[in-house]
Amino acid sequence: MLSPSFNAIVPIMCVVAAGIAALLAEALREPGERVPIAGLGVIGLVAAGISAAWLWDRHTTSFGVVSADNFGLFIVLVLVVIGLLTMAFSSQVVSRDHLPGGEYYGVTLLGLSGMMLMATASDLLVIFLALEVLSLSVYVLTAIRRDSEASTEGGFKYFLLGGFSSAVFLYGIAFTYGITGSTRLQRVGEVLAAQSMSENVLAYVALGLLLVGFAFKVSAVPFHMWTPDAYQGAPTIVTAFMSTAVKAAAFGAFARVFLSAFEPLRDDWTPVLWAIAAATMIFGTIVAVLQSNMKRMLAYSSIAHAGYMLVGIVAANDLGKAGILYYLLAYGVTNLAAFATIALLGTRERANDDLRDVSGLATTHPAVAALMTVFLLSLGGMPPTAGFVAKWYIFSAAVSGGYYWLAIIGVLTSVVAIFFYLRIVVMMYMAEPTGEAAVPRFSRFGIATLGVAMIAVFYLGILPTRVLNLAAASITTIF
Amino acid sequence: MNSFPILSFLIFLPVAGSILLLFVDNRDERRDASIRVLTLVVSLVVLALAILLWARFDPTSAEYQFTERHPWIPAFGIDYSVGVDGISLLLVELTAFLTPIALLSSWESVRKRVKAFSIFMLALESAMIGVFLSLDLFLFYIFWDAMLIPMYFLIGIWGYERRVYAAIKFILFTMAGGVLMLVAIITLAWLYSAQYGVYSFDLLKLQTLSFNTPTATRTVEGLLFLAFTIAFAIKVPLFPFHTWLPDAHVEAPTAGSVILAGVLLKMGTYGLVRFSFPLFPHAAITFAPYLATLAVIGIVYGALVSMVQPDLKKLVAYSSVSHLGFVVLGIAAMNMQGVQGAVYQMLNHGVSTGALFLIVGMLMDRRHTRLIAEFGGLKAVVPGLVAVFLVITLSSIGLPGLNGFVGEFLILLGTFRWRMEYGFIAALGVILSAVYMLWMFQRVNYGAVLNEKNRNLPDLSVRERWVIWPTVAMAIFMGLAPKFFLVPMERSVERVVQRLQSAAGPTTVRLESPTSTAGAQRVAPRRVRTFGPGPGK
Repeated sequence: MLSPSFNAIVPIMCVVAAGIAALLAEALREPGERVPIAGLGVIGLVAAGISAAWLWDRHTTSFGVVSADNFGLFIVLVLVVIGLLTMAFSSQVVSRDHLPGGEYYGVTLLGLSGMMLMATASDLLVIFLALEVLSLSVYVLTAIRRDSEASTEGGFKYFLLGGFSSAVFLYGIAFTYGITGSTRLQRVGEVLAAQSMSENVLAYVALGLLLVGFAFKVSAVPFHMWTPDAYQGAPTIVTAFMSTAVKAAAFGAFARVFLSAFEPLRDDWTPVLWAIAAATMIFGTIVAVLQSNMKRMLAYSSIAHAGYMLVGIVAANDLGKAGILYYLLAYGVTNLAAFATIALLGTRERANDDLRDVSGLATTHPAVAALMTVFLLSLGGMPPTAGFVAKWYIFSAAVSGGYYWLAIIGVLTSVVAIFFYLRIVVMMYMAEPTGEAAVPRFSRFGIATLGVAMIAVFYLGILPTRVLNLAAASITTIF
Repeated sequence: MNSFPILSFLIFLPVAGSILLLFVDNRDERRDASIRVLTLVVSLVVLALAILLWARFDPTSAEYQFTERHPWIPAFGIDYSVGVDGISLLLVELTAFLTPIALLSSWESVRKRVKAFSIFMLALESAMIGVFLSLDLFLFYIFWDAMLIPMYFLIGIWGYERRVYAAIKFILFTMAGGVLMLVAIITLAWLYSAQYGVYSFDLLKLQTLSFNTPTATRTVEGLLFLAFTIAFAIKVPLFPFHTWLPDAHVEAPTAGSVILAGVLLKMGTYGLVRFSFPLFPHAAITFAPYLATLAVIGIVYGALVSMVQPDLKKLVAYSSVSHLGFVVLGIAAMNMQGVQGAVYQMLNHGVSTGALFLIVGMLMDRRHTRLIAEFGGLKAVVPGLVAVFLVITLSSIGLPGLNGFVGEFLILLGTFRWRMEYGFIAALGVILSAVYMLWMFQRVNYGAVLNEKNRNLPDLSVRERWVIWPTVAMAIFMGLAPKFFLVPMERSVERVVQRLQSAAGPTTVRLESPTSTAGAQRVAPRRVRTFGPGPGK
């Protein structure tokens, strides 16, 4: 159809087309007319998924800056899964909260296209471009409830800090270009490997600036400050989306940049990243214990999860790289489903996202409580769920890389994490209903989607072999 | 017959039952009765399978039998690998025996959310049997961790006043130990890949690991041993890791306490026999005296604390700390008598303490109190209940002719052959246990009926007889015919002991005076025995 050099961006174009179609559909619809906009998104995402599967093992490159290698495609597929689940969960929330449907779906899809670009980009400037595309859409999504103070505040904070970090990131790219004369990752890596960089202070400046930029996007301590406010302020379904999809894209680029282009400086950045990973796991977990709002609790827990994934980058061995991919999928499905459950729990008048709002949920909505429990246990890394295999993978990487202390910090923080995940379970199963919370209305479709997510969680936890092999196969090509 | 995967059926039949229950519509609790019956039937089928397993088990072999092995995550050498030997066989029997009893005991006392209760009980049974049958460390860890969740719910939903606190304490304590074991398991697999080129989580393969290489030093072995052993010591619970136990036992519903005391604690001691000691024999020899020290402290401490408990359930709970101390002591002695006695004592404790919790549960069903002071003179009121209470009390003390005696005797024998001083203190514990148990029994059952509320208590109902009589029968049977249980475990215990002694042998020669010709018999290195060498076994 097109010149072969377009092949690598076909998945991205599918999603962009769906996003534009969603916006057009909203613009062209008659007032009062119901258009299945989410359906457009589903079509686009399925097309992206099929084309990504078709590109698998072909290692195509477009224009020299977007390379659809298996690593990138794995993340694209993770994003497709996250996107599809988001579309499915959104239908109920959008109509309940009267969110502007066209904008909501359109911006979500455009954001997804940016994320896919970020995961497959092999040029620092394209990564920056992708970062801006995804960031802008997430800012908009965070603040999409214009009538809500928290939503606007969260969006504004996110925007200010995010803009700042983007600038830092761009500055890092400038320095990198200054040292190496290129923004292509491969070229950067070659130059850095060829020169003796140990005397070159500028290389460390570039490294540091890029590190800060990525650490901000994956919300690693101490660049996590925006996360709780943005996650709590945003409509819960948006939180579900951005806590998973943004992380997947950002970690893809993070791993790619640090494990290919900046691999020659690994000895220098490893201690820093070690400390960041440890601090992120510890801080995220401990602060989560103190929260009484479920969204905020899960926001801090997602910070802690970023710490676990950073362990994979620190370990930097095959297990670590594949571990990040597996973790992104497992965490993506689980965390999305957990947040989505909270989103579905809310009503138009009341968000029902405080811990006490779910008290006695097991008596009033046993199915939802059971599903939520599965997701929480998976987040906590209990077998036989996806979260356990993912953590086990990451800790295996740490142990075989010799980072025993990171593994020990990791397992101990996951014990603490179990404590606060179980606080929600305690409220659902061991407390009586308070009657304060507004009675949620669950659509059958919403519950069915949660059920699908639960099956995925168990599948990844009990029969992980296929996906593990896929993840292991996707890292052979690029690093 | 070998083609029939009996072990997989044992593991997955209960959980299949609980998944089936998940789809039973019980919205207005009209199907409570049928759910109860179905759950009981499933657990009885498991019991029947377990008995069949025993019948087909070959006691003359030390090998794992009925093994099944399927690749699970081949990239990491993880297999679904299960098998049974004499030690795990008996513990599976114990699990299969206690679960229907626990279910029957909660027939009337658990009234709310019967469906969920049944689901968790069956899931728990699956996980417990899985723990005992796993031969792959990854699989073992999955069952080990998965078992926590149903137990957590059982305590947290159907427990007493401080149930939520107790449930969370239980799960956090156990997990804290467990995750360190996880790191140790991963390290083991990694060490294996360093020595053999492939990952493996297979217990038998990992036992071939050499800890004499630059990466796998004796220090590494010691650390790994500690990681495993602390996880198990928390579960046992060994003093000073026991603080979760009184809370969990007291707050759990009767069925939960029975399973907790009867089976869950055995996972800790089973882990020591199956994993800690055989995987790291040198470290085990080094640390055995410390373990034994903690064990005897636990024996005496548990007994002393039991003595002053005003609360029946707490008394039984602390007595577990004391009794499990005996088990750990027997394992630490690392000779035939010690380990055999330890395994036997695991079964005894499961039966006796399980039965004690059942009896306390029956008293609580009648009076809704656990305080000893509230009772008194029950012998005249409920003679049937007091009769079984007496048998079980005596069995818990270790009266000859009942089950407790055999285990304690073997353990003490093994300990005396190893180190006299430990045996001496442990024997004190036997006396103390007679003191607190008999004193409790006297205060509850003898004397005049002082409390009016006790005057018209009903005696054992038909259902309660079905609950308690099997345990009494078992206690008597195990006391009279210990061979029946000792024979199947003999070869397996022998294999464990031989492995430890072969590790000790050369070490002993190197470390000790050349006069110790009986080195192969004695496991403790580094110290000349203070009493005459016993005759060879």
